[in-house]
Amino acid sequence: MKIQYKELSFWEKLYLPAIVKGLSITLKHLFMWPKFTMQYPEEKPEPGPRFRGFPKLVKDKEGHPKCVACGLCAAVCPPHAITLQAEETEELSWERTPVSFEIDMGRCILCGMCEEACPVEAIVLSDTYELVINDTRKWVFEIDKLLEDWEGKETELFLKNRK
Amino acid sequence: MRYFADWIIENLEFTRAIPSEYVYLIIMVVGGLLLLLFVVPMAGALTFVERRVAGKMQSRIGPNRVGPQGIFQFVADGVKLILKEDIIPTAADRRLFKLAPYIVFVGSFLTFAALPFSQKLIAADLNIGILYIFAVSSMVVVGIIMSGWASNNNLSLLGGMRSAAQIISYEVPQILSVLAVILLTGTLGMQGTIKAQGWAPQHWFLFHNPFAFIAFFVFFISAVAECNRIPFDIPEAESELVSGYNTEYSGFRFGLFFLAEFANVYVISAVAVTLFLGGWNTPFYLPTGIWGLLPSAVNLAGLITFLIKTFVLVFVCMWLRWTLPRLRVDQLMTVGWKYMVPIAFFNLVGTAVWMLVWGDKSIAALLGG
Repeated sequence: MKIQYKELSFWEKLYLPAIVKGLSITLKHLFMWPKFTMQYPEEKPEPGPRFRGFPKLVKDKEGHPKCVACGLCAAVCPPHAITLQAEETEELSWERTPVSFEIDMGRCILCGMCEEACPVEAIVLSDTYELVINDTRKWVFEIDKLLEDWEGKETELFLKNRK
Repeated sequence: MRYFADWIIENLEFTRAIPSEYVYLIIMVVGGLLLLLFVVPMAGALTFVERRVAGKMQSRIGPNRVGPQGIFQFVADGVKLILKEDIIPTAADRRLFKLAPYIVFVGSFLTFAALPFSQKLIAADLNIGILYIFAVSSMVVVGIIMSGWASNNNLSLLGGMRSAAQIISYEVPQILSVLAVILLTGTLGMQGTIKAQGWAPQHWFLFHNPFAFIAFFVFFISAVAECNRIPFDIPEAESELVSGYNTEYSGFRFGLFFLAEFANVYVISAVAVTLFLGGWNTPFYLPTGIWGLLPSAVNLAGLITFLIKTFVLVFVCMWLRWTLPRLRVDQLMTVGWKYMVPIAFFNLVGTAVWMLVWGDKSIAALLGG
């Protein structure tokens, strides 16, 4: 294909008007352009509704974990970060409940496949984005850690936002 | 500096016991240290200012954490650079590698000896001031090519070679455009050049005649090219040469290269102010006798005027840097040899003709009668 180039005029060949235009743009930015940078530790970003942060387990209204320990999340988890043990229960309207549920945060890749696989919406990826864990011994999140800060209302709101 | 030395010898009793040569020597050393104390923090502060200006021009914020608005960022950077390990590559030519940054820094620092700051504040008012400045600042290229060669790294070598080619190319139009001013003043001294200009813009050599007006731009563009700053930064083109001649440097030696770069920016701005923008001539008349002003106050006003003008030009350098893209090597040579050199020659001849016809009268003088 033959590319047709536009014939440059004298001033375009000289480049000086273009340079002056560029200089005026940078000067405008210097004095009157808004700054988009977020001053992170002071200002915190608001994660979007589909943000994938730390995985959390969801409790129902009575405060029981909604998890039915079916093991689908553990099966689907690409880096095999989820380990869980099921137990039979009489107290709830369903038969199975997790006796232990661990997510190895050293392995978790925050892909959200556990959330997609879960049949009862018991595991969600939260909007917690400060993911630093300084101590390797604290990498494995036990069931208590996964359930904390997730009582009733907040969870419902979060799930509603997500839909 | 000579002025202060004479004053000290005349007025301080205890110096009479020492031979005056020693007094001069001591005063020169002290003056050099004072200049160093000016150059190093100034160059450091310019790095900070440059980063803030760059940030604003790119709709960012820039460093604002260390101290109020981040003004101590350059101190932190300097401390970090000094604390870093000083790595010398095994294959490098150790002696040259160690020597190069000092030559670069000394080259740009020596020019400060002839740079005026105010009426009396100048380390040495040489009668060949401009010649001295260009001669000494050419030493920078020796250091740069030395560092490129000694690093034993193909990218460094390319950077050094490009720098040599560039500086040699742009020194020609730079000096030719300065010659136009020298024709007007008839002196090579820095103070003499400033004294030949007045306080008001129409007395500056920038507006002296149309040729001097063009000469200023030729001078400034070539000077920016001499500093290896962005529209002309092919010696350290990041996208092609990693960092050019200073790729292998780390720690304090790298800091010296950086310091020299920013000192150079100040030098070219100061020289441009001296030659074209009226130097330290204060924009209002300060008679020493009538208002009872001390000479030092006049000096201070001159110093402030000079520094304001210079830093405006330094800002223009930064402004250009964060606006324009980098030239290609062939474009650089084209601009240098096909445009800058002929224009500079034209200016020189034009100024000479102007002098033949109207003497050293400026446009303002001709229009004003």
